[in-house]
Amino acid sequence: MQRRDFLSSALALAAASTLPAARADVVSGGQPWEPGKASVPPLAAPRQGGLAFFTQAELDMAGALADRLIPADDLSIGGKEAGCAVFIDRQLAGDYGKGATLYRLGRFVKGTPEQGTQSPFTPAERWRKGLAAIDAYCGRAYSKPFVQLDASQQDDLLHAMENGTLDLGREVETKELFEQILANVREGFFADPLYGGNKNMASWKMIGFPGARYDFRDLIGKKGQKLQIIPTSLVDNTL
Amino acid sequence: MAHARPKADVVVIGLGWSGSVIAEELARAGLKVVAIERGAWRDTASDFPPSVDTDELRWATRKEILQPPKLETYTFRNNASQQALPVREWSNLTLGYNVGGAGTHWAAASWRFNPFDFQPYSKTIERYGKGQLVPGLQVQDWGITYDELEPFYDRFERIAGTSGQAGVVNGDIIPGGNPFEGSRSRGYPTPPLVPSRWNDIFTEKTTEMGYHPFPVPAGTISRAYVNALGVHMGPCTYCGYCQLFGCGNWSKSSPNACVVPALMRQPTFEVMTETEVLHINKSADGKTATGVSFIGKDGVVGEQPADIVIVAAYQLDNVRLMLLSGIGQPYDPRTKQGVIGRNYSFQTLSYAYLWFENEYLNPFINTGCLAIQIDDFNADNFDHTGLGFIGGAGIQSLSNNGLPIGMAGVLPKQAPAWGKGWKKAFQHSYQNWAMIQGQGTSYAHEAMYFDLDPTYKDNYGRPLMRMTFDYNLNDKRSGEFIRKQCEAIAHAVGGTQVESYNFANDHYTPFRANDSSHTIGGVVMGTDPKTSALNRYQQSWDVHNVFVLGASSFPNNGGFNPTVTLGALALWTAKAIREQYLHNPGPLVQA
Repeated sequence: MQRRDFLSSALALAAASTLPAARADVVSGGQPWEPGKASVPPLAAPRQGGLAFFTQAELDMAGALADRLIPADDLSIGGKEAGCAVFIDRQLAGDYGKGATLYRLGRFVKGTPEQGTQSPFTPAERWRKGLAAIDAYCGRAYSKPFVQLDASQQDDLLHAMENGTLDLGREVETKELFEQILANVREGFFADPLYGGNKNMASWKMIGFPGARYDFRDLIGKKGQKLQIIPTSLVDNTL
Repeated sequence: MAHARPKADVVVIGLGWSGSVIAEELARAGLKVVAIERGAWRDTASDFPPSVDTDELRWATRKEILQPPKLETYTFRNNASQQALPVREWSNLTLGYNVGGAGTHWAAASWRFNPFDFQPYSKTIERYGKGQLVPGLQVQDWGITYDELEPFYDRFERIAGTSGQAGVVNGDIIPGGNPFEGSRSRGYPTPPLVPSRWNDIFTEKTTEMGYHPFPVPAGTISRAYVNALGVHMGPCTYCGYCQLFGCGNWSKSSPNACVVPALMRQPTFEVMTETEVLHINKSADGKTATGVSFIGKDGVVGEQPADIVIVAAYQLDNVRLMLLSGIGQPYDPRTKQGVIGRNYSFQTLSYAYLWFENEYLNPFINTGCLAIQIDDFNADNFDHTGLGFIGGAGIQSLSNNGLPIGMAGVLPKQAPAWGKGWKKAFQHSYQNWAMIQGQGTSYAHEAMYFDLDPTYKDNYGRPLMRMTFDYNLNDKRSGEFIRKQCEAIAHAVGGTQVESYNFANDHYTPFRANDSSHTIGGVVMGTDPKTSALNRYQQSWDVHNVFVLGASSFPNNGGFNPTVTLGALALWTAKAIREQYLHNPGPLVQA
C-alpha cells in the first residue's frame, strides 16, 4: 500500500460504524510505575564473539581503518584493539545501521551543502558500499586490498578521502563516507564499553574523563587541579 | 464519524512545559482535561536513573528521546528561489518526543526576557526612530509587557525551582546579579550554582573590563527544594549529563520532575500517550473548534471533542497543525498578507573558541547551563546609534560539555582530525578548550516564513512543513558586533589560541555544530490581527476557543533561551481562561 493511501484508508475505516476503539494508552490516576522496570539500552546480538553485520573481511577492514584513524602510541591502544570494529559491527546491525530515525521518503534530489545529505542509503548500506568501493580502488591502484597496504599508503588514501579528492564511484559520496567512518570509529573509541569498544576505558584514561560518574559535588571546589579520577563504566562488554 | 471519546472541557495537544503547566492549572480548577502526547510516557525512576542516564552514545549521539526525522521532519531552503529538501538526519533542532517534551532533555537555562524584548518596535522608534530598522524587518510589540508577565515568571520559577542571583528586586540593584534585568518581585527560589574554573576566569576578567558578570539562572538546581506544587526536587550533582539527557536526580527542572507528579494526582486529568493529533476540527460555521482528530499507534483514528483546544506542541509542530487545520490565514511572502507561518525567527549565535596553554578546566564537572554571563551587549542595554541594527546577545562563559564523543572534534582549525596528531591535540584540548557564546536576538524578516511543502509528505501522506530561512542584515550586523566582543574577551582571559565566528556570516544550515535549537514564531501573539495570529492571551483571533502556547507565540527572539518565557506565558493564558474565558466564552480582545 502506498503511504499516501494509508491515511485515507484509515479515515475510511474510521467512517465505518464497526470501527474498533482507538487503543491509545491512557494514563490517569497517578504515575504508571511498574516494579523492576528500568529502560536499559537495546544491545545488538551477539554480545560476545561472532559477527552481527559485517563479513569477516569487512570487520578486518574496519579494524585497519580504525587503527589508522586512532593509531596505537604511548597515549593509548589503537582503535582496533580498543574494539572499534566490533562496536561498529553491532551498531550497524541495530537501529542506527538500519537508519531507523532517518526520513527516507523520496524524492532523493541532490541539494545545496546547507540542505544536508540526501542519500537514499542507510548507514549500514553506506558502510558496505563504501568498504567495497575503497577495496575496488585499492585493487586498481595497488593490486592489493586495503588491509594489505602499508600504513603510509593507508594514510594517503584516507587523506584523499578526507579532502574529497578520491573518486569512489557513482554511489559513494567520498567525503560523507569519510566523515561517517571517522564519526563511528570515534564513537567506538569513546562510548561506554557497554557497546563493545573502548576496551578497559582506554580512551577515557587518555583524556582524563571519569565516565559514568554522577556526582561531583565533592570535587567542584578543587578548581584548576588535576583530579586523577578512576573512571567508571556502566558495564564492560569488551571482555 | 470517527470513534469519539467522551467530551472533555479542555484538550491539550502535547504534554511538554506549556501543556503540563496549563493542564495542571485547569485540572486543579476542576475542568476535565485530556492531554494527547505523541511520544511515550517517561519518568525519572524508570527511564533515566543514574545507572541508565550516564550514556553519551545513547542519549547525546543517537538522541534516543528526541523526535526522529522519520516521524516528522520539515523541508528547508535558504530562499524562495530554491527547491526545499527534507532534513533527513538529526539536525541542530532538538524536538521532544515523550511526556515532558523538549523540557525533559533541555539544558535548563532559565531566563526571563529583557523588558525591551516584548516591545522592540515601540522602544526602538522611541529611542532611535524608524531608520534603525533595516528594510524588510518585521518588528512588532507582543501586546504584553514585562511588568504584566512578571508575576507569571515568578510563579514559573517557583514551579521549576530555578537557581540564580537576582540583579534587580523592586527596582533596587542587587550586587552580583544582572543589573540590566527587568525588576523582579523577589529573588530566585534557590541560590546560584557553584561556578566552574572557566566561569571564575571569565568573571574576573570581564569585571576588570568594566562589564557586569552574573550567574546564568539555572534549572539544574543548587539545593533540595519543594516546589509550588508540593513536588520535591534534589540538589544538582554537576554530573554533566544534562542537555539531550533526562535527569536522574530530580534536580533538573522538567515537566517530568516538577509538574507531572502533581498533575497525575488530579482526578479530572488524563493523558493519551503515543497518540498523534492529526488536526483540529472546526464547527460548520468555522468560528469555533469542536475538538481534535487523532491517530493511535495502532493506526486507528479517533476524535476527542472538547470545548477548549490548547495547542502546546513544539513551535514547528504548532505552526504545522494550524496550517493543516485551516485556522488563521497562511502568510504569503509576495503580498505580505496572512499570519500563520509569519514572523519566523531563530537565534543569532556568535562564538569565540579559545584554548589555554596549561589549564585543568575539568570540563566533565558541569551542568547544561553552568555559566556566567554579561548582558552589557544584550537587548537595548547599550546605545545602538549608528550601528545599523537592533538587539544584541547575552555573552557567556558556558561550562556545559565534557563528554568525549561530542568534544573529539573540538580542536583548533589547524589540528588534524585523526591519527597521532589528533590524539595529542585532543588530549590537550580536552582540558584547555573553552567557549564564549554570544546568544543573540533574532528578528523576523518578510522573506522568511513557513508554509506547507508542495512535494514532501509525512508517513500519513500529509505535506511536511517548509522552512524558508536565511539570516537577515540585522542578524549579520548584530552577530558581527557580538563576535568582536567575544573575541576581545577571549584574548583578555588569556586564550593563547582564539577562533571567533559569526554564524550569520554564512548561509543558515540546520546542520551546524553548536548552533541553537531555539526556533521562534509562526503563530505569534500581538495587537493587530493583520500581523499576529493570536491576541495577547495567546487566543486565536479567528477561532476563539483555540489557544496556542509555546515559542511559536514569540514575534522575535531575545538574547536568551526561550523556555521560562513560554512557561510564564502558559500560566498567563491559564489565568485568562480561568478568570475570564470560562465565564464568557468568546474573544478576550476585540479585533
